[in-house]
Amino acid sequence: MSHTETTGTAGTGGAAGTASRLAVRKTYKLFIGGAFPRSESGRTYVVNSAKGAFLANAALASRKDVRDAVGAARKAFGGWSGRTAYNRGQILYRVAEMLEGRRAQFVEELTALGAPRAKATAEVDAAIDRWVWYAGWADKLDQVVGSANPVAGPYLNLTSHQPTGVVGVLAPPDAPLLGLVSVVAPVIVTGNTAVVVAAEDAPLPAITLAEVLATSDLPGGVVNLLTGRAAELAPWLASHMDVNAIDLTGVPDDLAATCEEAAADNLKRVLRPSPTTWTADPGLTRLLHFTELKTVWHPTAP
Amino acid sequence: MPAFEYAPAPESTAIVDVAPSYGLFIDGAWAEPAEGGTLKTVNPGTEEVLSEVSVAGPADVDRAVAAARRAQRTVWGPMPGRERAKYLYRIARILQERSRELAVLESLDNGKPIRESRDVDLPLVAAHFFYYAGWADKLPYAGFGPDPRPLGVAGQVIPWNFPLLMLAWKIAPALACGNTVVLKPAETTPLTALFFADVCVQAELPPGVVNILTGAGETGRLVVAHEDVDKVAFTGSTEVGKEIARTVAGTRKRLTLELGGKAANIVYDDAALDQAVEGVVNGIFFNQGHVCCAGSRLLVQESVAEEFLDRLKRRMGTLRVGDPLDKNTDVGAVNSAAQLGRIQELAAAGEAEGAHRWSPPCELPDRGFWFPPTIFTEVAQSHRIAREEIFGPVLSVLTFRTPDEAVTKANNTPYGLSAGVWTEKASRMLWTAQRLRAGVIWSNTFNKFDPASPFGGFKESGFGREGGRHGLEAYLDVAH
Repeated sequence: MSHTETTGTAGTGGAAGTASRLAVRKTYKLFIGGAFPRSESGRTYVVNSAKGAFLANAALASRKDVRDAVGAARKAFGGWSGRTAYNRGQILYRVAEMLEGRRAQFVEELTALGAPRAKATAEVDAAIDRWVWYAGWADKLDQVVGSANPVAGPYLNLTSHQPTGVVGVLAPPDAPLLGLVSVVAPVIVTGNTAVVVAAEDAPLPAITLAEVLATSDLPGGVVNLLTGRAAELAPWLASHMDVNAIDLTGVPDDLAATCEEAAADNLKRVLRPSPTTWTADPGLTRLLHFTELKTVWHPTAP
Repeated sequence: MPAFEYAPAPESTAIVDVAPSYGLFIDGAWAEPAEGGTLKTVNPGTEEVLSEVSVAGPADVDRAVAAARRAQRTVWGPMPGRERAKYLYRIARILQERSRELAVLESLDNGKPIRESRDVDLPLVAAHFFYYAGWADKLPYAGFGPDPRPLGVAGQVIPWNFPLLMLAWKIAPALACGNTVVLKPAETTPLTALFFADVCVQAELPPGVVNILTGAGETGRLVVAHEDVDKVAFTGSTEVGKEIARTVAGTRKRLTLELGGKAANIVYDDAALDQAVEGVVNGIFFNQGHVCCAGSRLLVQESVAEEFLDRLKRRMGTLRVGDPLDKNTDVGAVNSAAQLGRIQELAAAGEAEGAHRWSPPCELPDRGFWFPPTIFTEVAQSHRIAREEIFGPVLSVLTFRTPDEAVTKANNTPYGLSAGVWTEKASRMLWTAQRLRAGVIWSNTFNKFDPASPFGGFKESGFGREGGRHGLEAYLDVAH
């Protein structure tokens, strides 16, 4: 990552043959349906480093971007939820491999946001390990928490976990990468598709994560990532009638109740915000919160 | 096919002694409501008044919640699980001992055939208490951590279609987990819940563990909104479920909702057609179709549609509609004038939108609330009768050509409670069951229930599960 290293060389890049060169900057865009579009609104917002230096103009997503992202997530749901659990696990593990390859880049991005290098490195490592942990759950969750039920009659009766559908996720503002990974991986590993609003002040590692997802065999639309204002986007996501569940973790405190109320319009499953230590063992809460139990009966007879 | 002649075989009502009026059951004793107010509950088969029950107001809800809180904190919560278990086993046994009495009472107050209240509702009620009794002292093994804690006081609001069974689904797991409850039965079917209060007295359940408040919608709203209630559980319409979800939003309360449905019953061309006919009849005419998981949309494969409908109509001609207490009755009374009005309104909309209505010739009693078993053919997915929950004995018939089309049509609803699949081909059954977005899939059967089997919906059919190990989660302070 070169943003923080370019200022000294700005204006000198035209001189051929010199040691310094002008860096090629990246345009940070949204991630919708596997593509990287700008916000349809044409809006951007300035992202600065912790020291106040200009880093990038991030896309400031709008209501219509939410709509497009939900459409992409819905379109991807059938295919993704229809994959075998083994295949989803393989793809998520591939994501971890790609994350590992970008380790240095993520550390730079977190450092730019003000994290000391050691802390940034620890967060990136934890994020990669967290992703690997969730990848392995794909073909194990049902064995741990599904059931064969001993009903009082001649029936086979099995309960299994199914994905809820399209899940809206408001990523937490703390721990820009580990927090984001910790809320996205458990949603998609069970077969859901997601519309994720990245932490407002840390959009750059989020978009870099989107680049990782785009190159990891994850089908387009499984994760859609928007950057912008949580306060602006959360109510649209909460009230969208084609979103099945919402994780309100990153919603500003004063908006949580309003969003939960809006979510009632189509009975979204709501994960309320609660204080979370992102480095701690996450348990199964998030995995189970965005799954539905399906119970299948069949008679037994000679 | 001519219907057999049957002599009337009415079950005696002598086994039930209904009092002319009832108070509220709060803190282990009967109490008059603070502000007064009564409701009459009628026999929907005759329109005769059965009894007058109290309407609980804010002060009564306060008292009941306070009693429940005290009981939870001082008695029921600290009690070892093995002792709670024994109370629940006692209740299960008393319910078995009094099952005929309660079955007759249920049919009187609800209008459902005695054959169903006797053979389905009451056995399941006792089984549910028996099942959850056994969990009370095994909670550390339930997969919710080594020492799972109760939530506290549960406010529970239940519907009129399976009054005592829904009470069992609510109260048994709540008590097993160490919670206490304030339960409001439905406005039109309060009696078995009031008799259940007497069961609690006979079992010497500590005062305040179970509180029964009768009343209408306003009483339910008070229970749900009460600030000292920790958990809300509701079974009923999707509309009211959404209202409750809004009320609970922004609070610490936990919520489970079991709401409406518009289940597809898919009949493939290779199905055992006579068995499928029985399943489709059971799916929609069981309990007069007052079933949230009723198979109210028949999706039949085009190549067998004509033959299947012939057989279905022939079978419908043998259904006996009438006196709920007659042991020969298949289809009883619609629960209330209001519900009958809703069914009539939607059936009229079906005709107005161009579907073809058919009922077998059947004589309906002069008094009471009745609707004949009815099917609509020529139904389009856009028709109201294909989209809205009718909650009556009305089946909408649609056809399909391919398995993909069957699944797409079945899932084309905001609901997702249940679905049925009829095929002799196991691979097709499993393929279909995998793709149906519903919480309960019945393949080559329908409307089967069991305390060990989790029940509940996808999408707008609600969230949370009742029944089985999974049903404990709704009543535990769970960190997975």
